[in-house]
Amino acid sequence: MTDVCVVGAGPAGALVADRLAAAGRDVTILEAGPRFDETPDTERMERSIRPGHAPTEVWEMGGPRDAYSASGPDFYPLNVARVKGVGGTTNHWQGMVYRLHEADLSGENNPPSWPLSYDDLRPYYLEAERAFGVAGASDDPYAPPREEPHPLPAFPPSYSDSLFAEACESVGVTTHAAPNARNSEPYDDRAACVGYGTCKPVCASGAKYSADHTVRQAEAKGVDLVTQAPVQRLETDAAGERVTRAVYVRDGAQRTIEAEQFVLAAGGVEIPRLLLLSASDAHPDGLANSSGLVGRYFHDHLFAGMGGTLDEPTRQNHVGFITTESHQFYDDPGAGTGEIPARDGDLAPFKLEFLNYAGPSPVAMALREDAWGDELRDRLADAYGTHVAMGGLVGQPPLARNRITLDESRTDDHGNPVPDVVWEIDEKTRRTIERANEIQRAILEALGVDIEWTAGPEDTGPAYHHMGTTRMSRAPEAGVVRPDCRTHDVGNLWVASSSVFPNGGALNPTLTIGALALLCADSVDASL
Amino acid sequence: MRLTRRDALAALSGAGITLGGGVAALSRESVDASEAGPSLDDTLATLTAAAEVVYPSDVEGIEAFVEAYSLGRIEGRDEYLAGVHDATVALDETALSWEDARFAALAADRRDTVLRQLGVPTADEDPDGTRAERVRYYVVNELLYALYASPTGGELVGIENPQGHPGGVASYQRGPR
Repeated sequence: MTDVCVVGAGPAGALVADRLAAAGRDVTILEAGPRFDETPDTERMERSIRPGHAPTEVWEMGGPRDAYSASGPDFYPLNVARVKGVGGTTNHWQGMVYRLHEADLSGENNPPSWPLSYDDLRPYYLEAERAFGVAGASDDPYAPPREEPHPLPAFPPSYSDSLFAEACESVGVTTHAAPNARNSEPYDDRAACVGYGTCKPVCASGAKYSADHTVRQAEAKGVDLVTQAPVQRLETDAAGERVTRAVYVRDGAQRTIEAEQFVLAAGGVEIPRLLLLSASDAHPDGLANSSGLVGRYFHDHLFAGMGGTLDEPTRQNHVGFITTESHQFYDDPGAGTGEIPARDGDLAPFKLEFLNYAGPSPVAMALREDAWGDELRDRLADAYGTHVAMGGLVGQPPLARNRITLDESRTDDHGNPVPDVVWEIDEKTRRTIERANEIQRAILEALGVDIEWTAGPEDTGPAYHHMGTTRMSRAPEAGVVRPDCRTHDVGNLWVASSSVFPNGGALNPTLTIGALALLCADSVDASL
Repeated sequence: MRLTRRDALAALSGAGITLGGGVAALSRESVDASEAGPSLDDTLATLTAAAEVVYPSDVEGIEAFVEAYSLGRIEGRDEYLAGVHDATVALDETALSWEDARFAALAADRRDTVLRQLGVPTADEDPDGTRAERVRYYVVNELLYALYASPTGGELVGIENPQGHPGGVASYQRGPR
């Protein structure tokens, strides 16, 4: 019997395993997907640029293993929103890393409150930043207090940031550096960024943090990693008080593993699915689901964007990451400036981004045109060079009706019902997207942009952050896990994931996932 | 603008291929071409002939660039080489059938016509698709990727550090020159 069985080798599972191994515990990770080291990342990068390869092909998603339903009302494109394999979704993430605000944790930005305070998370945030190698300037006046600078110096602002800075100043908007989980200089045995420009979905240099790095460190400490081992269900003792074993499939055969403690780190969709698949006499509605809340309160961040062209060069698509943002409206989304009117009404938090990859990438465009020779060269030269764009994330309020459930009418490659993403974009979110668009328009007009597109309330899309489906609570009837990440109902079952977020604010979740994973590891260690 | 073997190496490095011996290591002899397939000379000649059509007219040094790039791409990648062989043979067979000469032996305007009549301009690249889709994947888009993911090709259209090229983190900060 191993001390701890971790389900999932993404950032949460990697950090839990590494920390417990460092504390001398025996740890085994079961990972549904493969190691990704057979194909060079440069080849995956080429797949991401060339039109002959679907987006899901880059990290080998899709097929019967990953079948899902999205019964609406709004469609959710689940398989472009996640990666199964060592490193998990950090293989294809953008690498944007922020600490949630105090007003997120208190529930003032979006209810409900967390049962943890910023002070509870603060030391873990710093450790997660060190694990990821976060490059930042620590200059965001709206961010919560820091005890020391980011581990790495920030990437300097882009040329287009300098164009935006002047326009922002003229309409009373403050800008600041965007922290990146990306090496601005060599760090932790990984290289510095070399500007391949394809960060999402592939960093071919290893400069972007990906959790396979931490998995390797964990393995060096003695952690056993079993890949291609999808867990089918968890089984408990007769009373349903403790998980006794995980049942998984490998090489076509069903196998089991026993452990003192089990940690679920398989993301906001597969974790509730596994709990629901593990229903038993003792847990008839699904494991650890006495609250009935497993799978409920699924929420994401929604994209708000706008862009167009200037009559001067803007130098886009040299890099694939963002260097400047504004979090000015985050805690006070209705606040006005001298130039931008204030708005009343119930609004969600949002942040604003200044993109460095607006408009076409010439090489990607070249492969999709119906011309070549001089005509193609002229088309590329005409299309490239003057685009600018802003993005932004709006924090969707968690609603009980948005949920992950089982679609009993469809099964995956092992005969298990597939997950059904039941998801709807609510009015508060749409209203906030309009508010973000209003500010984006003010900035772009001040810059003199000929606005050509808007991602507004009707054509927004999710940011692929799966949160809320095993929410954390003090009271057992109000959530699935306790503030220490253990489930309320089962004494040796823990969850490390964005699935425990009561609300996810409007900031990319992975740094908070990392912080919670470290907190979870300490809780598990104390229980052993 | 003149392409060189050095540009080919830059393009190859973006494709994750580095050659220990640098430029000097690239030669036809260094590539272990399949004995069963068409000759490497024929394949390279077809690729070069296609590049002369799909590259802009102000690009020089195409033959050396294509040869160095293609040899680097082929080395140690049997499946890729098989795909390139298949597509170049298909192109040659089409040219022989329609124009009574191999693709590389045709005048440039006839090569352009063959590619267009084959439907390559509107074909979606697909390594396992129709003849036009395979030619688009292994010939036309392969050559366009080599050019426009390289700094020299990027500069033709205004970007010296295009996607796919590890051109560092200084260029994004610089204003227009």
